[in-house]
Amino acid sequence: MLQYAAIVLIMLGLYGLLTQRNIIKIIISLNILEIGLNLFIVSVGFVTDGLAPIFTSINNSNHLLFVDPLPQALVLTAIVIGVGTTALGLALAKKIYQKYGTFEIDEMGEE
Amino acid sequence: MKNFLALLLTLFLGFLIVATLGNNNFFPAYGDVDVTTRVSQKYIDRNVNGGSEEVIYGQATNLESGPANTITAIVADYRSFDTLGEVTVLFVSSLGVALLLGGAKQKRLELNFKPNFMLKVGSRALFGIILMTGVYIAIHGHLTPGGGFPGGTMIASSVLLLYLADDEFRAKLKGFKMLESAAGSAYVLIGLAGLIFGGYFLVNLLDNGVLGNLLSAGMIPIIYVLIGLKVGSEISGIIDNFLTEEGV
Repeated sequence: MLQYAAIVLIMLGLYGLLTQRNIIKIIISLNILEIGLNLFIVSVGFVTDGLAPIFTSINNSNHLLFVDPLPQALVLTAIVIGVGTTALGLALAKKIYQKYGTFEIDEMGEE
Repeated sequence: MKNFLALLLTLFLGFLIVATLGNNNFFPAYGDVDVTTRVSQKYIDRNVNGGSEEVIYGQATNLESGPANTITAIVADYRSFDTLGEVTVLFVSSLGVALLLGGAKQKRLELNFKPNFMLKVGSRALFGIILMTGVYIAIHGHLTPGGGFPGGTMIASSVLLLYLADDEFRAKLKGFKMLESAAGSAYVLIGLAGLIFGGYFLVNLLDNGVLGNLLSAGMIPIIYVLIGLKVGSEISGIIDNFLTEEGV
């Protein structure tokens, strides 16, 4: 089920990217798209009744059933890069607001 | 009309994803993954280069990769070069934000309200707790969930708290920049030391110790703490850039 939820999030994000005309809303759509993709990648490695892939004093052997650690490691990378792109996008949005006084793309360039 | 086209395109994409992955032999259903057939099992068994030692918490010594947290083993050991690239991406992004928003003369953005005494003192008290938690998470990255990236983000969030609760507070940006460059350079130097003394980039030169101890896994806690400091100072710099504006 989680995978369908992730696909719905990806579709929502793409729809927002295609239709929204407000810069902040575009950045939020980008983040929704990214969260959906991250959820989808993590769900690829899920095992029913699997443990988190961390050895502790209770789960202490490599013969136990762990979930796949590789998608989680890749998503860790993806989250950080998402933070970077969001910060850069918001910085551009702030600059645009300082110049035009609005976040709406349609109202720009009338000065 | 345009919205309708976008909706059609989105639905088509969703249909395409579901139809492609629905009855695909190479894509197992949700929860039915067999990890033993994947390369990930080698990461869990710590035998990417061959050998099949038992991995037992509190006993195993001299494993191929020392952290008890398998994800840390992948991020900071097996794919450490990849993580170096990732840290570079974050660095370039913070550089871009500083280029767009930074400038010579900066002053704080004015808050809509006047912070009172209790808010200032309370935020100072919380600042220490959040900072300590972030440092704890970064240091224990090889044993528990978390690591350098979440820990660094928590350090930055403690700085954000001070910024939001006090309208005159400004962090010492120069210190953050020096910390950031020192941590990034140390990461590269550790990699080069591995190249010179161990044969390839970012090789683990120190003893791995016993799986599960705080002082185990050789270089990996050092690298993760460096990543935590770098991420924390970078995101704190981004926060400062967003909460200041050009002026006197």
